[in-house]
Amino acid sequence: MKLLASIGRYFILLGKIFKKPEKHSVYYRQTIKELIYLGVNSIGIVIIISVFMGAVITLQTAYNTENPIYPRYLIGLGCRDSIILEFSSTVVALILAGKVGSHIASEIGTMRVTEQIDALEIMGVNTASYLILPKIIATVIFHPLLTLMSITVGIFGGWLAGITTGVISSGDFIYGIQYAFIPYYITYSLIKTVVFAFIISSVAGYQGFFVSGGSLEVGRASTRSVVYSCILILLFNLILTQLLLS
Amino acid sequence: MIRVINATKSFNGNKVLDNVSSDFEEGKTNLVIGRSGSGKTVLLKSIVGLLELDSGEIWYDNARFDTLDFRGRKLIRKGIGMLFQGSALFDSMTVEENVMFKLNMFTGMSHSEKRKRVDFCLDRVNIRNANKMLPSELSGGMRKRVAIARAIALNPRYLFCDEPNSGLDPKTAILIDNLIKDITEDYKMTTIVNTHDMNSVMEIGEKVVFIARGVKYWEGTNSEILKSDCKPLNDFIFASKLARQLKN
Ligand SMILES: Nc1ncnc2c1ncn2[C@@H]1O[C@H](COP(=O)(O)OP(=O)(O)OP(=O)(O)O)[C@@H](O)[C@H]1O
Ligand SMILES: [Mg+2]
Repeated sequence: MKLLASIGRYFILLGKIFKKPEKHSVYYRQTIKELIYLGVNSIGIVIIISVFMGAVITLQTAYNTENPIYPRYLIGLGCRDSIILEFSSTVVALILAGKVGSHIASEIGTMRVTEQIDALEIMGVNTASYLILPKIIATVIFHPLLTLMSITVGIFGGWLAGITTGVISSGDFIYGIQYAFIPYYITYSLIKTVVFAFIISSVAGYQGFFVSGGSLEVGRASTRSVVYSCILILLFNLILTQLLLS
Repeated sequence: MIRVINATKSFNGNKVLDNVSSDFEEGKTNLVIGRSGSGKTVLLKSIVGLLELDSGEIWYDNARFDTLDFRGRKLIRKGIGMLFQGSALFDSMTVEENVMFKLNMFTGMSHSEKRKRVDFCLDRVNIRNANKMLPSELSGGMRKRVAIARAIALNPRYLFCDEPNSGLDPKTAILIDNLIKDITEDYKMTTIVNTHDMNSVMEIGEKVVFIARGVKYWEGTNSEILKSDCKPLNDFIFASKLARQLKN
């Protein structure tokens, strides 16, 4: 029952968020700001994680295919496909749910408990839209770029690990990442990322927006936003994979 | 003018406002006084629609406010300026951006016009050379004054101040009180101020409404207040030893 009420409230909030903005220039400026806070500031973590994950994936694939019947270039191919299909969209989204989601929920939640949202409301501002829409737009625009970056750096990390440890030659690896390449996988990955970005920013916005109480509640809302968006990301990962790849 | 008719509000069965009615006149500083927890903030938030009344009516001049939808309220809210008890400044914005917010959102003013207006408002509350500071870098009293500047940025028709001078030194408090009174008269605003400070009452209380435990016990002017025979009001006014001695 409570779950249904929350889902209803979430969709009513979405309705408010996607009303026509009262002043485009203000929303535009907010969106640019959020692009920096929520997007650019996440580049570092995405790059670090992607390099290491790419490296680990390569090494694991290498050690599991030591049998000479497997051609070596399969390592490159495996690395490429795991990164494109799953790592750079889903795993990166889970990490961003932690970083970006908790940031959004605590920022909006703090504004709620310190009456800043009330102050906006009094001014006649559509608070839901003003606070959450720029964040949704910023994440939906920027996260696909992060995914592309993650794919690139992840494969690079795999190559680097492969040649420095000597499990595969540079030529084999590069042959592998070009072998039987399906460009649609990138599209699939980007579609997933857009959906995940929407989940992260809207769920966190919802959690922050309906905080009541004090700073303790803000912390709880921020935790809840991470947990719920992670669950939703995994659920939609399953649904989208079935829809897009079957 | 703002008219409140039979305002009643409970939280979880606990009555916080009980049939409160009063008229708040234009061009006057109307004070709502009462002890801590008496329901002043709840009354003010109900008047501006941040809380919904269980029953009763709120009128802004000739418009009934409490039954309006978001769009209808928005029209009236453009004319509202409000100072919250905790200031509620936008903490990610500088002082200047805070005061400029409404100008950005609702006017087509040029940047230099906006700058001029911001400086004018900040000057009125005696804040200088702090335009680029963040709210977290200000003292509590300065935050309050910036919040007043933000409230008056767009020349509101209705001004609501929740404890504008709590936490200020007596001199600044009087300054703020008089500022509120002056702008109320200058711009013919309808102003409602919540306070429990008797100095403010004597200084600017052209109309005073006293509430205790959510019930309106008394209303009148500051010249009548010391002579009233309302027991809860006298308990409130003459709570301190000094005040009792002065009375006798
Ligand atoms: N959101 C709420 N939920 C439950 N009870 C509330 C809520 N807001 C206020 N109250 C209760 O309403 C009563 C009146 O509170 P209110 O904030 O109006 O007091 P006040 O007169 O403004 O006091 P102060 O001078 O300390 O600011 C208090 O007993 C408070 O516990
Ligand atoms: Mg109060």
